[in-house]
Amino acid sequence: MESVRLDPTFHPSPRLAMQAEPEHIAYTALLSPDRSRPDALAVVDVDEGSATYGTVLNRAELPHRGDELHHFGWNACSSALSPLSCNAFLQRRYLLVPGIRSSRMYVFDTQPDPRQLRLVKTIEPDEIRSRTGYSRPHTVHCGPEGIYVSTLGGGGPDGTLGPPGIFLMDCQTFEVLGRWEIDRGPQELHYDFWWNLPRDYMVSSEWGLPPQFENGLVPEDLLGNKYGHRLHFWNLRDRRHVQTIDLGANHQMALEVRPAHDPSRDYGFVGVVVDTTNLEASIWTWWREGGTFHARKTATVPPEPADPARLPELLKGFAAVPPLISDIDLSMDDRFLYVACWGTGELRQYDVTDPLKPTLTGSVRVGGIVAHQQHPSGRAFGGGPQMTEISRDGHRVFFTNSLYSTWDRQFYPDGIPGVQVMCRVAPQGGLELDPRFYVEFGDGYAAHQVRLQGGDCSTDSFCYPSA
Amino acid sequence: MSSTSALWLAVVALGLYHGLNPAMGWPLAVANGLAQRRSRAVFATLLPLGGGHLAAMSAALLPFAWLVGYVSWSRAIQLAAGGLVLLFGVYRLLRRRHPRALARIRPTQLAWWSFWMATAHGAGLMLLPFTLGLCRSPPEAGGGSAAHAAVMGAMGTSNVITALSVAAVHTAAMLLAGLCIAWAVYRYLGLKFLSRVWLNLDAAWAGSLVLAGAAGVVSAA
Repeated sequence: MESVRLDPTFHPSPRLAMQAEPEHIAYTALLSPDRSRPDALAVVDVDEGSATYGTVLNRAELPHRGDELHHFGWNACSSALSPLSCNAFLQRRYLLVPGIRSSRMYVFDTQPDPRQLRLVKTIEPDEIRSRTGYSRPHTVHCGPEGIYVSTLGGGGPDGTLGPPGIFLMDCQTFEVLGRWEIDRGPQELHYDFWWNLPRDYMVSSEWGLPPQFENGLVPEDLLGNKYGHRLHFWNLRDRRHVQTIDLGANHQMALEVRPAHDPSRDYGFVGVVVDTTNLEASIWTWWREGGTFHARKTATVPPEPADPARLPELLKGFAAVPPLISDIDLSMDDRFLYVACWGTGELRQYDVTDPLKPTLTGSVRVGGIVAHQQHPSGRAFGGGPQMTEISRDGHRVFFTNSLYSTWDRQFYPDGIPGVQVMCRVAPQGGLELDPRFYVEFGDGYAAHQVRLQGGDCSTDSFCYPSA
Repeated sequence: MSSTSALWLAVVALGLYHGLNPAMGWPLAVANGLAQRRSRAVFATLLPLGGGHLAAMSAALLPFAWLVGYVSWSRAIQLAAGGLVLLFGVYRLLRRRHPRALARIRPTQLAWWSFWMATAHGAGLMLLPFTLGLCRSPPEAGGGSAAHAAVMGAMGTSNVITALSVAAVHTAAMLLAGLCIAWAVYRYLGLKFLSRVWLNLDAAWAGSLVLAGAAGVVSAA
């Protein structure tokens, strides 16, 4: 693991990351929705000069079934250049892949051949449970103390024994070290988390406990506003909860948190899936002023009226399709926020140069619960835009179409064949689906998160401003 | 060149070496300068880093300097100190990982971080053989015939002063080197340069400890 020079994919600032070589390979999490086959990681060729561009080069299958791959991450990234953490000479080499249903974690080595993933370690759910009291590992980030993994479940068979949280792993041995939190304050639900390293804070969000998502969306819980609706702010080094912002109980499911990449910018965004009073989805901006955090709703996406006959059971009574913002992603220059509306089948691009006034600058439509909008290649697209990944240079936006197996069945009863597509971004804003890029995974697999070789806009965090 | 000036030169050279090593903190000064968009932040960051470094040097050097005042034991102490440094160097060669606890220190506690960083890396230990050499040199001329107790007290004091001077001179050199490189990167060279010059010095550092320790053992023997 040791070399004399820094890993060339580590960058001090977001600007330097943008200037780096473009990605050649994407890794995409695939899952078998009926659990009849093991989940897999696909290696996708995204090198435009390659003869196999836009095809699946390889698939690394897991040794077990029913893991339900969701989010995954690198063992090390640009955050290693933090002068305070003395980890600068790590290598971005291993992919840490959690199974959100099985609570098992896998470690894949991307070397010596990045097209040929090698499984090097399996961490059994019991090890995570006994060392941390947590289950359902979800988001992986590399940071000052090693690898941080957020979980959605606590102990016990249904994951409700104690609150979920974040645990730490050693970034070289992949040993589970224990809980990250020392004082969790009122935090009881978990989803995503990210941070500002030099300013030493973390932000986390809330989805729901395993019984609220594992067997599908629970309509009574949603209408009873029982899913998460709060943001939590933490002191990163002290591992203490410092502040809660409640977005309001009707703002159900505050999912992805995207802080500005430039660490001198003290703000970020979070997407809310659905407002139970009117079915709209929203983007919120949070920021820090005088040591205190604030948050405000800065953009909304309205539901679209629809003939109940064309709606799945769950939505018939509403006669409308909710946009369901399932993912947001911020370009490396902090200029464009991409918003995936999985329900209506739209990917929106907002200019967030003024973070408190996002302006809509682009949109593409593909899939959708009622629209079933075709891809420009003329092919069908099940589901809607979901996990979104922006190339470091900001010119390409990749996305997949599946959310979570049991939710997929509720909202898209016809099934969601796993697909990965890509948008091209115009320099001053605006985006267009590339008709040439349409990756099918086949074999009944659903496609979830995409990671780009060398890092992407939801992996790396930086310690130096772009100034 | 007399052996005394050679020893002082080594103290200064090690100061420059520590200052240039990114692990001792100058990239933090660059980051803060860029974040606040003013050069004052570069200096303001280096000062607590220097303070912590000075404290770490003093903490490592003073006890030995004082002990060396016990003349009849001075050789044994120098041998032991040299051996300790050598062994610590070997340990660092074999186990390159940095203590995880360092990553827990807040970015606002720079002096504290610098103190622990220098201590954990054995930056103070690296100076020990040279410092003890300096402690020994002047009193030897005074001869061993003087009243034992009085000499011991005087030597203890003068050795402590010598050790403090070593820590101060070393830290001044370290600060100067850190400032030069931080300023050059902040003002002229840019962050790309930071990635280029940030070399993995762990093995070289551990090797330096081994060499310094060996030098201490040889000079005492």
